[in-house]
Amino acid sequence: MSELDQNQLEAEEDTQKGKFLTFALGSEVYGIEIKYVTEIIGMQTITEVPDLPEYVKGIINLRGKIIPVLDVRLRFKKTAREYNDRTCIIVVDIKEVAVGLIVDTVAEVLNIPEQDIVLPPQVSNHDYQRYISAIGKVGQDVKLILDCNKLLNDEEAERLEIVR
Amino acid sequence: MVSEYSQVSGPGLFVFETNQLLDKLELLILGSEKNGGLQASMDEVFRIMHTIKGSAAMMAFQNISLVAHSVEDVFYFLRENRQTTVDDSKLTDLVLSVVDFIKGEIAKLETGKSLTGDASGLTNAIQAFLAEIKTLDPVLAGLPLKSDYEVMRQSFIEACRIEGEEGQTICEAVVFFDDDCGMENLRALTVLSELGTYAQKLEYAPGDIVENDATADLIRYEGFRIWFTTTASMTALHDFFAQVMFLKEYSLMAIDHSDASKPRIPRCIDLDGPLVTASESAGQPADATGDSEQSLAAKQSFISVNVAKMDTLMDLVGELVIAEAMVTQNPELQDLNLDKFFKAARQLRKITGELQDVVMSIRMVPLAATFHKMTRIVRDMARNLDKQVELEIVGEQTEVDKNIIENIADPLMHLIRNAVDHGIEPVDVRAAKGKPLTGKVRLEAKNSGGDVWIIVQDDGGGLNREKILQKARERGLLDQDDSGLTDKQVYAFILKPGFSTKECVTEYSGRGVGMDVVAKNIAAIGGAISVDSAEGVGTTMSIRIPLTLAIIDGMTVKVGDSVYTVPTIAIKESFRLREQNLITDPDNREMIMIRGQCYPVLRLHERFKIKTAVADLYEGIMLMVELEGKSACLLVDALLGQQQVVVKALPGYIKKMQGIAGCTLLGDGSVSLILDVDGLIQT
Repeated sequence: MSELDQNQLEAEEDTQKGKFLTFALGSEVYGIEIKYVTEIIGMQTITEVPDLPEYVKGIINLRGKIIPVLDVRLRFKKTAREYNDRTCIIVVDIKEVAVGLIVDTVAEVLNIPEQDIVLPPQVSNHDYQRYISAIGKVGQDVKLILDCNKLLNDEEAERLEIVR
Repeated sequence: MVSEYSQVSGPGLFVFETNQLLDKLELLILGSEKNGGLQASMDEVFRIMHTIKGSAAMMAFQNISLVAHSVEDVFYFLRENRQTTVDDSKLTDLVLSVVDFIKGEIAKLETGKSLTGDASGLTNAIQAFLAEIKTLDPVLAGLPLKSDYEVMRQSFIEACRIEGEEGQTICEAVVFFDDDCGMENLRALTVLSELGTYAQKLEYAPGDIVENDATADLIRYEGFRIWFTTTASMTALHDFFAQVMFLKEYSLMAIDHSDASKPRIPRCIDLDGPLVTASESAGQPADATGDSEQSLAAKQSFISVNVAKMDTLMDLVGELVIAEAMVTQNPELQDLNLDKFFKAARQLRKITGELQDVVMSIRMVPLAATFHKMTRIVRDMARNLDKQVELEIVGEQTEVDKNIIENIADPLMHLIRNAVDHGIEPVDVRAAKGKPLTGKVRLEAKNSGGDVWIIVQDDGGGLNREKILQKARERGLLDQDDSGLTDKQVYAFILKPGFSTKECVTEYSGRGVGMDVVAKNIAAIGGAISVDSAEGVGTTMSIRIPLTLAIIDGMTVKVGDSVYTVPTIAIKESFRLREQNLITDPDNREMIMIRGQCYPVLRLHERFKIKTAVADLYEGIMLMVELEGKSACLLVDALLGQQQVVVKALPGYIKKMQGIAGCTLLGDGSVSLILDVDGLIQT
């Protein structure tokens, strides 16, 4: 019995490995390692919290749990876009911190083999480049793989805090 | 899933039950010490010790069972001889040391160690005490113990003579059982029930063989006495007694009526004793009811529940409320005429609402139990340090979240210890200063502005500003210029690590590890501690616990699209502004004059940068809030309603900000921010 469990666990870990949940912001497609993702929910009523950086939209009630939601568009300094039916909140759990990420659309779960993942180019004038940990090649397309830790732990905000 | 929710295990249950009993016992003993004498609570103490003995014996914890047994003996004796004068304080000490011993053993049990405590010293002390009171007893010293039986016998015979019928004989039998048969009281009971076929009237001593296992010992040494009236022949009775199980010996004799009439006069004298006892014991229950009313709160019955289950339940109810709203307010139902459906829906809403209220209140626990533990600490310390200290407890019914209770007990103990050890002066010093000899430590809890305050106040020596400053300089905590420091700033130094102004280290405190740990622990639950003192008058430590997870009454208000909750306790009034009340000063600050008082205006939408259609002071509603003497008028769009809300902390990812105390879930599942009135007024 326990052996079976063990096998299942291993199998689960195996199936999670190399899998990425992809979502789109405008024309670009991003990927998050699937192990971070808890669930995907539709748009919710967001309670605004004053005095927060613009990209933190506020807090939502996820079955009794209060979690903050970030607008990934604003986080990457893209222009804001009206939320619609396709707007989703990806709930990620990073080091025990649950956070909702607002994205334009959720695409699919992709399997990207290790050999197709490369480091991002060092030269880039994109502001959000530092949130990208790697680039995955899938056929002709390129998926930008996010570094979730950097997405949350925001040196920028901390710097602002000090200035204030 | 099932196994996760069931957690019953033998020692676990024993530990839990015994701890509860011990806590109760401690309270009882300390309470009766205060009210002068253990008399009233004697039965209760006896019962508790008896239960502990029984369950310990069942779990084969011999040392606990033995020591409990010896205490039980003492109280059995006292209960039977109520007029006995006992050294109450000595007895209290003995019982408390037993409580400590058992608690220590149980703590070992909890951590999985084996029980090694040796109770023989304690048991001997108790037995010596029992022997002592037995000899001290004026009644018992003069009369043999059997006098009780004599009295019973006489009264029985007398009663039988009045009611007795012709042809009945009154018999007296004394039965002894085999030395090692055990459970003599139950054997005696068997005899009684079998004798029932012969006897018409029956009386026996000791009387409470069913309820009281300690009678077994008495029967072992003194025999079991039965008086009965019977029509059966003596031979038949002899046959009956001869076949009693485990019988060692017996005596049986018929009592002559005339025999009973002889000692009439001495009996009258004898009766004086029991008469007094009767009136006393009649008086005692009356006293006891007064006491029991006081301790009613402690006597409520409780069950303990895993907190994780509570959390799950609370979340589930939250979801239920949302689901209910989604069903009953479903847009697809609009414009439909569904009388019966809406009637049923209203019923559902009522029930879910009540369910939510109950679940919210379950997590709240009064501080009483934590506070009462301090009584013991103060008492023990006062004795050891040879001081006279009285602990006054105020507002123990204040409810706080279970988590907070668990985290507040240790810091509170430190503060109380400090107050008694450092604060209260020895009796001679107090006398010299002209203070009342008995020092007072006041432990108070109250709700204020949505926070819970716990205040420890003593009327002792207070803090010495110069001493603290000097120490702070020694430790390099001070810059050169320290003249500008306020008293509060100076006193705050005692919360720093390694800071003790007491020169000598005592058993209780003085190592300077206390206060910084206290401050740290309180900060860990999001609270704050402040120190205030006046030299020679006393010290006050105030702990403010934030309302995280506490339930508050809140007024929900609308600003733009946002809904905020204002703690009702902070709201003084709400009103619509009239033109003549508004004042604007040259700096364009708005103020409102009401009943001769001037209040600043705070536009919430500006403060929180919210877009709203109601920017005009005359259109919206003004909410006057007040906290600790400071007031302001908040401009909101509209008042939505008032309800009890559970305060939740904001997610850690969002940094704490001024003006927001936390958030809460509204009935429809949306999140509302709770305003921190204190923070709002200050900005």
